[in-house]
Amino acid sequence: VPTQREPAPARGQRIALVDLLDRLLAGGVVVSGEVVLSIGDVDLVYVSLRALLTSIRAADEPYRAREVPR
Amino acid sequence: VTESGIYVYGVGRDLPPEGLEKVEGVGGAPVEVVEHDGLTAVVSPVSLDDFGEDALRRNLEDLGWLESTARAHHAVVDAAAAFAAIAPLGLATVYRSEDRLRAALEERGEEFTRALDRITGRTEWGVKAYADLKKATPSAPAGQDATASGPGTSYLKRRRVEHHTEEEARREVLAVAGDIDGELRDIAVTGRLHRPQDPQLSGERGWMILNAAYLVDDESAEDFRAAVTRLADLRPEIRLQLTGPWAPYSFATEEEAWTEV
Repeated sequence: VPTQREPAPARGQRIALVDLLDRLLAGGVVVSGEVVLSIGDVDLVYVSLRALLTSIRAADEPYRAREVPR
Repeated sequence: VTESGIYVYGVGRDLPPEGLEKVEGVGGAPVEVVEHDGLTAVVSPVSLDDFGEDALRRNLEDLGWLESTARAHHAVVDAAAAFAAIAPLGLATVYRSEDRLRAALEERGEEFTRALDRITGRTEWGVKAYADLKKATPSAPAGQDATASGPGTSYLKRRRVEHHTEEEARREVLAVAGDIDGELRDIAVTGRLHRPQDPQLSGERGWMILNAAYLVDDESAEDFRAAVTRLADLRPEIRLQLTGPWAPYSFATEEEAWTEV
């Protein structure tokens, strides 16, 4: 098993969707647009994602978090 | 005729629009800026067929749609952040008209100014930690079975020892995660804990013991990265991942607005 002791991200690596969603759903300024995700919707998104991924994972595993090689 | 809305990516100050020419917005739309009273909203037009309230709810359950929207949002925020501080907005903030957007900028102007003051010259870094307890739990000492009064008793004894040590190991890695967080907060301006990621979403099998974001002064970025590298070597059972640099998504709102993890 290769060891992962170097935690630094390499340039140009694709950002894991889950890291992006942490920030786009739990972070960011929430202003009252006419259409805006509310906190309840955020939980809905995570639930929907879990359900989707359960079905997708049967075929392959597209969202494996990146591991940074030494 | 389909109704159109204005998707807002973030709000900055003194953002040069030239920096945004090369990046595509949600749905491939051109990115524009709306200036209002010293604030610059980064926007693009979207169809309300996709971003109306009902359509949005439906689309959010479509993983492909969600991913392409999230990545487009990020690409625009990232491009803008390369030129000036930008307070990113949450995903899918849409106004029905420029007038409505201007009214919001007017109403929330002070809040945006405070957010921009807080994040200017600073960058967000993400640190995730995973524990592998198999590497932490020592096996029961050899030879202790010799004094056992029978195979059943020795099994229970061994179980108790293992349970005890695993419980200890859990407490210990959580304490180490707290130490890691503490050391990184010392270097950072502030830190924020996100909730642990669902293994189904992250694809990580390890136990996630830390999912944190830190707001770091740009002059301290190298110190911060060095600290993460040093802390990664602290324990064999704990693995760290650094992500970033990020536009300061996690710090665009005031601390009171952060949801508990």
